[in-house]
Amino acid sequence: MGLGGRMSNTIKAKLSRVLDKAEDPGETLDYSYQKQLENLQNVKKGIADVVTAKKRLQLQNDKHQQAMLKLDTQARQALSAGQEDLARTALERKSAIQTEMQSLDTQITELENQQQALIASEQKLRTKVEQFRTKKETIKAQYSAAEAQVRISEAATGVGESMAEVGMAMQRAVDKTEGMRARADAVQELEAAGTFEDLTQIGGGGEDDIDRQLRELGSGSQVDSELERMKAELGTGSAPAAELEAGADGAASAEKAPQEEREPGA
Amino acid sequence: MIVRIFNDRQYRLDEHHYEPLNVIDDAVVAAVDAGDEQQYRAKFDELLAFVREHGVPVGDEDLIGSDVLLPPDDFSFAEAGQEFTGDGLVPDPADA
Repeated sequence: MGLGGRMSNTIKAKLSRVLDKAEDPGETLDYSYQKQLENLQNVKKGIADVVTAKKRLQLQNDKHQQAMLKLDTQARQALSAGQEDLARTALERKSAIQTEMQSLDTQITELENQQQALIASEQKLRTKVEQFRTKKETIKAQYSAAEAQVRISEAATGVGESMAEVGMAMQRAVDKTEGMRARADAVQELEAAGTFEDLTQIGGGGEDDIDRQLRELGSGSQVDSELERMKAELGTGSAPAAELEAGADGAASAEKAPQEEREPGA
Repeated sequence: MIVRIFNDRQYRLDEHHYEPLNVIDDAVVAAVDAGDEQQYRAKFDELLAFVREHGVPVGDEDLIGSDVLLPPDDFSFAEAGQEFTGDGLVPDPADA
């Protein structure tokens, strides 16, 4: 067995290390039980950590929402002031943040499901540990030392596997949360750099790293159409844009603009 | 033979099922080695389906160890790759 075999061997090696620490069966039983209780505490703590991390991500997503509104306003202001380049930059940043927000939303929902599954697993594990406690008293009373050792190992392995099962589920949830947090942090940097305190400072300035990154994100056509829409709303017309863009893309987006207005995320 | 599928339960399989199970498992490993994600998905799903089809569920109240442990259904191709190359994905069950 390849995949299954590797997992089995890893877990068995870890379990036997724990069981080997105690010498007589009675001691093994008590030691295993004590370890199980400690693990249960760890599982509980792990679930709490996942919940906390999830909440933090939700807060970050709220901030993204605010940053998007701010960038939208700034794009309008820039356009009113005739600074189309600046408006474009703001809209590109808004678009990048929006994309991230959608992805985060999906992942937060997934995390929520995993969290529910973890809570259910913890309950199941608690029941198993309780069964082990009952069983260990029976084994102590009924069997000779040699036979008790065998039965204890069996029972402890059963519980240990359940622990490993929950442990792995928890680890995966934690890994996922950390990955998401790193992404959210990166987007927050975009926001910090992307919301302009002073519109006049950036208008004619050069491109920074973030500008280049945003351009690479390829949100061009969406930004174009949004820009056209804003122009239409502000009554500046689309003639200057057509000159600037000099492309069919801009014109095509402009035609679709009223329809896209209802679903900017599409 | 007792097989545990993570995030599911334990199943009891007859000894004669070991060989066909092993064949599917080898195909899973080969797909990971070959970097063939589609084949990995197909074979891994087949592996779990085989256990569920031929195995008899072990009661929740039974405290027994398994002969084989299998990862959960949503075990990704990337995770399977890690399982073979790195230290493995399974965290310490007892000294955690």
